[in-house]
Amino acid sequence: MIGWLLALPALCILGIAFLWPLAALFRISLNRTLDSGAMEVAVTGESYAKLLGDDFTWQLVWDTVTLAASASAMAVLLALPVALLVRAASPRWRGVLALMGIAPLLISGTARLVGWMAILGDQGLINVVLQGMGVIGEPLRMINNWTGVRIGLVESLMPYAVLVLLAGLGRLDGRLEEAAATLGANRVRTFFRVTLPLAAPALLAAWLLDVVLGISAFITPKLMGGGRVFVLATEIYDLALESVNWPAAAALAMLLLAGLLALLLLRGVFSWLPGRRA
Amino acid sequence: MKPTWMLRVFAAIGYAVLMAPAALVLVLSFSAGEYLTFPPPGFSTRWYVALASNGVLMSALGTSAILASVVAAVALLAGGPAAYAIARLEFPGRGVLAALLAAPLLLPTLVLGLALLLVLQPLGLAATWPGLVLGHCLVAIPFAVRIMTTAFAAVPKELEAAAWTLGATPLRAALRITLPNAAPGAIAAGVLTFLVSFDETVISLFLVGPRLSTLPVEMFRYADQSADPLIAALAMSLIAFAFLMVLIVERLMGFSNAMGRN
Repeated sequence: MIGWLLALPALCILGIAFLWPLAALFRISLNRTLDSGAMEVAVTGESYAKLLGDDFTWQLVWDTVTLAASASAMAVLLALPVALLVRAASPRWRGVLALMGIAPLLISGTARLVGWMAILGDQGLINVVLQGMGVIGEPLRMINNWTGVRIGLVESLMPYAVLVLLAGLGRLDGRLEEAAATLGANRVRTFFRVTLPLAAPALLAAWLLDVVLGISAFITPKLMGGGRVFVLATEIYDLALESVNWPAAAALAMLLLAGLLALLLLRGVFSWLPGRRA
Repeated sequence: MKPTWMLRVFAAIGYAVLMAPAALVLVLSFSAGEYLTFPPPGFSTRWYVALASNGVLMSALGTSAILASVVAAVALLAGGPAAYAIARLEFPGRGVLAALLAAPLLLPTLVLGLALLLVLQPLGLAATWPGLVLGHCLVAIPFAVRIMTTAFAAVPKELEAAAWTLGATPLRAALRITLPNAAPGAIAAGVLTFLVSFDETVISLFLVGPRLSTLPVEMFRYADQSADPLIAALAMSLIAFAFLMVLIVERLMGFSNAMGRN
């Protein structure tokens, strides 16, 4: 019991800042929005019915999920060689290489997106270089659209993938690769026939974590989309702070939570599959 | 096995993607031009000067610094005992407690921010110091608990047992033996929770007001409207600050250790 007693202050703060607001979020999602825009206390599913019956909502869901899925796949693909290099590096370099792979986690998201604006903008690094070489005439449009959002999201999801892959690959027995090499397999064959299958559970875990984070990403779509990219997160924000339609914002947030919960359960199911122990 | 050249090339691409934004921010923050264009027409420190004399951003910086200090202190004081319990004590429901204290990190900050707004606004606590502290503690406490649990678990149990044998009470042993030995971890936890609060953007977006705003929120709004080298100078300052903090944590307990979920 003394354990719970020691945790009491933390539990109290989280109760006030977490459980109560979540309960309120659910309660307010059941309120009614009058035609005047005012909120009336009620117990009704009107906000849910209106959202679910609106094609725009389903377009948002589709756009959000495909964005998160594709950006996460790219992030895992880019993170894999980083994690493999850390694993293969000598102990002297391992710490620095791992740190470089995950340090962006602690750099403010806005700061990194400012960097991407300078890289992808009409007069940014890529366009200036390509135009200088005469490859393109008109600048490529890579910000204020889906391209910019996707690139920004890939980079912001990569450190999480690196983190998961480092943990997953660390448990992988390097002697199996050495055995394959001894038996005459070349490096490429060893990678595709031994390393990749063994790393598959870690890759899947990294991808699923990135998808969960990508679906709820807000700053990247908002800043890189330039007001032209709409996803679930930007819509919840606009409903709450621009239209001040709290029941609708709360209902959409609850739907988002339900979707994420389903994904987390899926992740739990995957982690129970045989092979994870490898 | 030694990394092949192919692995090195692909890993270099990965690192390039991770490092490119910070590199560009560094170059363009010293631009002499008016816009975020590449290459800069010349180099100067004019945007750092402009940043230092920007009243809105500087007042937001003050707010964020005070807020992050308060949040780090609250998170350590509230999270420390909980972390000690999870790392050291055997009691029914220990796993449940650990899961409860980590739960807020599972949910999107956007939803957390919205939920907080819905309860704080009717109470008149939106855009106030207590509201902001509460909102930041929501993400800072789970962080502090996780890092401090690792730190406490790393102190050998035998030291405490030896103190008991020598007649110390459990409380005295915890305070005089385990706590000092876990001190580097506690400082690392303080530094990281400070950074978590100092960089927190999304929850704050819901809880700030015209008279009380944080630096990440003002930076977000600035970047949303205009992209000039001033924002690069601010971004570079924040990156340099985060880099310094990460170095401190690395010296104290190993950054990967602190961030890992073991």
